[in-house]
Amino acid sequence: MGVKDLNIIKLLIKYRYYYLVGIKITLVLSFLSLIIGSTLGSLLSLFKLSKYRLPKALSTIYIEVVRGTPMMVQIALVYFGSYVMIGMDISGFAAALIAVSLNSAAYVAEIIRSGIQSIDKGQTEASRSLGITQGQTMRYIILPQAVKNILPALGNEFVTLIKETSVASTIGVADLMYASKIVQSNSFQPFNPLIIVAIIYFIFTFSLSQLIGLLERRLSHND
Amino acid sequence: MIKIENLNKYFGDKHILKDINLEIGDGEVIGLIGPSGSGKSTLIRCMNFLELPSSGNVYIDGKNMAKLGKEIDKARQHIGMVFQHFHLFPHKTVLENITLAPILTGRLSKNQAEEKALELLETMDLLDKKEVYPDSLSGGQKQRIAIARSLAMDPKIMLFDEVTSALDPEMVGEVLNVMKGLASTGMTMIVVTHEMAFAKQVADRVIFMSDGEIVEVNTAVELFENPQNLRTKEFLSKVLEY
Repeated sequence: MGVKDLNIIKLLIKYRYYYLVGIKITLVLSFLSLIIGSTLGSLLSLFKLSKYRLPKALSTIYIEVVRGTPMMVQIALVYFGSYVMIGMDISGFAAALIAVSLNSAAYVAEIIRSGIQSIDKGQTEASRSLGITQGQTMRYIILPQAVKNILPALGNEFVTLIKETSVASTIGVADLMYASKIVQSNSFQPFNPLIIVAIIYFIFTFSLSQLIGLLERRLSHND
Repeated sequence: MIKIENLNKYFGDKHILKDINLEIGDGEVIGLIGPSGSGKSTLIRCMNFLELPSSGNVYIDGKNMAKLGKEIDKARQHIGMVFQHFHLFPHKTVLENITLAPILTGRLSKNQAEEKALELLETMDLLDKKEVYPDSLSGGQKQRIAIARSLAMDPKIMLFDEVTSALDPEMVGEVLNVMKGLASTGMTMIVVTHEMAFAKQVADRVIFMSDGEIVEVNTAVELFENPQNLRTKEFLSKVLEY
């Protein structure tokens, strides 16, 4: 019995187009959400750290609500709510992208906020006492130190994000998870198609966490 | 010159500084003593506005600190501060710690700043440490680097906030010697300290604070040898007991 006779390999070869499309959608969705989510999250963390009450309150409410509701509910709310909210239907992919990005932004904001606040207040005081401005203090004193706390947590968040995109399949986005459902019903096999996607997801997340680990080591060498 | 008028500071409903009035002339060395919690640190932190007064005014060379707005950073460039826990920048080398502020504020070019830093390290006897990170230094060395970091900005005033309190006893001397040297150059210095012998020897005037009030101000010799106020007497008898 050769490798090609193994059921899983057979499935993979036979249904490769479904899996390839799924891989592409999952990667694009993850990558775009990661970029948008991180950007929004960074802005949100500035709001949260603001000394003014309104931006602080708004960002706190946002973060708590997003972290306190399931991703599956959020994605459905965006998908089915788009008509109610903006008067037009949006594609499943767009809905997933919006929902995953907005969700990730909340977590990223908390990670950045706690990373910045973990730096001793004395660092800011020493810097400001030398006449260094608030912006320069953030850029040259606080952030370089905070990055070392932020990076590992951010890596975890990105790994979670890749896995969470699988919820997009519930609104019909043809991602990896969706591919496995199609293969399940076409091949009448409930188990093996799932093994395949599990392995593919694991390859993505494991590569990403290795990459982040490399970056962390690089940074710690710098001091 | 530093002029403080009717300064009050509250933390919540706690009254930390009670109606402080004080004038400090150029080149004066002031020892600020008193029990913990008496408001000494808060008072010098109000001088460079790291702590905002609840009411009252602080004038540095005639300029009202509260009215400076964004210009506060400029004003702080002339007021050095050294902290109890050093607060060196751990991600920067010793040399970078000293050159950072002159470069970022546009005061000196990178080359000028490094030249200046090397000079300062030489006087601190720490030239061989210029490339290391603060982590590998002893407390006394850290504090001397912190002083050098402030001096790199050519300040007119230096504020010292219990700078020897976190040091092992054998390292107190090396830091006090640097401060003594600095005092002899005519630097205006306000020194919050528990080192009574140092205050007596180096300070022109000593201020005794208790419960957020200035209780007694006098020349160092007079205050230590002939205290007028009962609270001053009690405090001195406790700290000079041994």
